Amino acid sequence: MSDVVEMARLMQGNEAVVEGALAAGVRFFAGYPITPSTEIAELMAERLPGLGGKFIQMEDEIASMAAVIGASLAGVKALTATSGPGFSLKQENIGYAAMAEIPCVIVNVQRWGPSTGIPTAPAQGDVMQARWGTHGDHPVIVLCPASVREAYMLAIRAVNLSEKYRVPVILLMDEVIGHMRERVILPRAGEVEVIERKKPAVEPKDYYPYRPGDDGVPPMANFGDGYRYHVTGLVHDEKGNPTTDPQVAENLILRLHRKIYDHLDDVITVEGYQLEDAEVVVVAYGAVARSAKRAVKDARAAGIKAGLFRPVTIWPFPEKEVAELARQARAVIVAEMNLGQLKGEVERAVQGRVRVTGVNRLNGELITFDEILSAIKEVTTDAQSG
Amino acid sequence: MLSQVESHLRSDRFPHIWCPGCGNGIVLSALVRAIEELGYDPDKTVVVSGIGCSSRAAGYLDFNTLHTTHGRALAFATGIKLARPELDVFVLMGDGDATAIGGNHFIHAARRNIDLTAIIFNNSIYGMTGGQYSPLTPPGKRATTAPYGNIERSFDIAELAKGAGATYVARATTYHATMLEKLIVAGARNKGFSVIEAITACPVGYGRRNKMGNGLQMLLWQKEQAVTVKQAEKMSPEELQDKIIIGELYRGEAPEYTAMYEEIIARTKGKNQ
Ligand SMILES: Cc1ncc(C[n+]2csc(CCOP(=O)(O)OP(=O)(O)O)c2C)c(N)n1
Ligand code: SF4
Ligand SMILES: [Mg+2]
Repeated sequence: MSDVVEMARLMQGNEAVVEGALAAGVRFFAGYPITPSTEIAELMAERLPGLGGKFIQMEDEIASMAAVIGASLAGVKALTATSGPGFSLKQENIGYAAMAEIPCVIVNVQRWGPSTGIPTAPAQGDVMQARWGTHGDHPVIVLCPASVREAYMLAIRAVNLSEKYRVPVILLMDEVIGHMRERVILPRAGEVEVIERKKPAVEPKDYYPYRPGDDGVPPMANFGDGYRYHVTGLVHDEKGNPTTDPQVAENLILRLHRKIYDHLDDVITVEGYQLEDAEVVVVAYGAVARSAKRAVKDARAAGIKAGLFRPVTIWPFPEKEVAELARQARAVIVAEMNLGQLKGEVERAVQGRVRVTGVNRLNGELITFDEILSAIKEVTTDAQSG
Repeated sequence: MLSQVESHLRSDRFPHIWCPGCGNGIVLSALVRAIEELGYDPDKTVVVSGIGCSSRAAGYLDFNTLHTTHGRALAFATGIKLARPELDVFVLMGDGDATAIGGNHFIHAARRNIDLTAIIFNNSIYGMTGGQYSPLTPPGKRATTAPYGNIERSFDIAELAKGAGATYVARATTYHATMLEKLIVAGARNKGFSVIEAITACPVGYGRRNKMGNGLQMLLWQKEQAVTVKQAEKMSPEELQDKIIIGELYRGEAPEYTAMYEEIIARTKGKNQ
C-alpha cells in the first residue's frame, strides 16, 4: 500500500483527515466548498484520481451527501466534508443513511454559528446537531479529535466504524484542529487496521438485505454485485420492502439503536490524564482539551489534584465512564466553545452527585488554559470552604 | 412480451399503491419493455427514484433499486454512476421532485452530461401529497394550494433540460406508450444525460379538480393534445398553443462526465502519491 504516507512530516489537521481517510480505503469524495473544511475537498480532488478514486464537487451539500450514499451503495468507501451551514443541509440525507444503513463518513469542521456567523472562527456549537440534526430517533457515532495525528487516526476509525456498523459516522472537528499544523509521525502502511463491510454469505435468492447477523448488522451487498434488492428510507421489512406495520417499525428502530448501543465498549473511546486521584475533573474535547491539559498540569504544580477526562467518542456519550468519575471527584468542570452543550450530558451522567460547572466561550477564540486553571482554583476553594 | 415484462417485476409487491386510472403504471411498463429491448443485465441495472407517487415505481422493479429522498434522486444516482460507471442507471422522478425541490440537481446533472437516463412522470401536480400545484401545473389550473387558479407560469421541461446541457431530450404521453418505450430506449443508448418527459394522468389529484374526467378521459385528452415533432413543424405558434409536442425533441453532442473522469484517472494513476 504505497498510497499511505509513512514519514514524519508537518501536516495540517484537514490534510491528516484526507490521508487517514485514504489509508482506510476511501475512494470517493463529494463535497461543496466551505471554510474551514475546504482543504479537505481540495486535497481529495488532487489525491483521489491517482489512486483510481473519484472526486466530485456537487452543486450543494444536500447533493454531496446524496452522492456519497450512492457511491457507498455501489461499493466504494465514501466521505464528505463540510462545516456548520453545510452540515445543516446534509441532515435529511444523513438520516437517510442511518435508516437505509449505508456506511459513510461526514467530516464537520465546526465554525462559529448560527448562520454564517464567523466563518473562520472556531466553535463547538454543533455537538447537539451532530447527535440530533436529522429528524427522528436515529443512531449515530461522533468522534472528536484533539490533535493532527488524532485527526488522522480518527478518520481511519470513522471509516472503519461506519463499515462495521453500517452507520453514518461524523468526524466532529473544530477550526483549530482543522487548520493547525503539527509535526506528526504516522503509522506505516499495514500498521493500520482497515475494516470492510460484511458481505452476504448466501446466494442472491436467499438474501434478505435487512436481516441482521448476531451483531445486529445486516451483511451488505453492493449494487451491481448480483444481489438485486430495494433500498428505501421508508420503514422497511427484512426484504427492504416498505411497510407501515407498527411492529416492524418498532423492531427496525430498536435494532438500529441496538447495533450501536450493544457495542459501546467497541464504539466508545476516552482518554484520561491524571485521573487516578483527581478531585477536580475537567471534561474537554477537541482543541479545548489541549488548553485543559495544560491547566491540569499547572494545577498539579500548584498542589491541586486535578485531572482531565477527554471523550474521544462524544456520541454515544460515555455515560458510564463519566458516572464513574463522579464517585471520586469533588467537582467537575466542562470546558467547551459553546454555552454548555456537552455539559448537559455530563450533568445527566453524574446525576447530581457532584457539582458541574462550565467554562464557556463564544467569542470566536479558543478557551485558554488560564481560564480553565482559574475555574479549577475556584472550585477547589469552594470545595474547601464549603 | 407480457411475460418478459413480468420477469422484471417484483410480483410479490402487487397490488401497487396507485389509484385507479393513474398513469404511473403505463410509464412503468414502458420502462420495463425498454430495458428488455435494451437487453441490459438486470444485475447491472440500477433504478433510482425520488419521493412521490411516481417514485414508488422503483420498488416494483426487480433491479438494483434505490428509493431516495424528495428531489435528490439525481444526486444519489450521480454518486452511483461515478463510483461504478459500468452500471446502467435510470432515474425516475415526479414533476415536482425533478423541477421544484430537485430543480438544482436537474440542471447540474444536465450540465455535467453524466450518463443517466432520467424519466420524469409529469402529471402537472403534487400527487402524493394530495394535489398541490407544481412547477408544471399550467397557469389557471386549480390545485389545493391554488384554489383560485394557479398564477405561476410553468416550466417547459424539455427546454430546461436542453438549455442546461442534456444531450437527449424527448417527450411522450402515456397514451403513446409504445413511443414512450422507444424514446426511453434511445435515451438510454445516448452516452450522456438523457431526459424523457412522460405526460401522465393523475385523475385523483389533478383531473378531478380541473374537470378533466377520469383516467380514461385524461388519456383521450392526451391523444387530442399531442402533435408529433413532424406535425408541429408545419404548425404556427398559435396553433401549437396548449399542444403537447411528442417525439425526439433534441440531440446534442458533449463529452460525458464519467468518461472525462476516467481520462483524469488514466493521466494521474500512480503519480502524485
Ligand atoms: C423534503 C420533503 N419535502 C416535502 C415532502 C412531501 N412530499 C412528498 S411527495 C411530494 C410531491 C410529489 O409530487 P411529484 O414530485 O410531482 O410526484 P407525484 O406524487 O406527483 O408523482 C411532496 C411535496 C417530502 N417527502 N420531503
Ligand atoms: S394521487 Fe394521482 S399520481 Fe398519485 S397514485 Fe393517485 S392518481 Fe396516481
Ligand atoms: Mg407530480
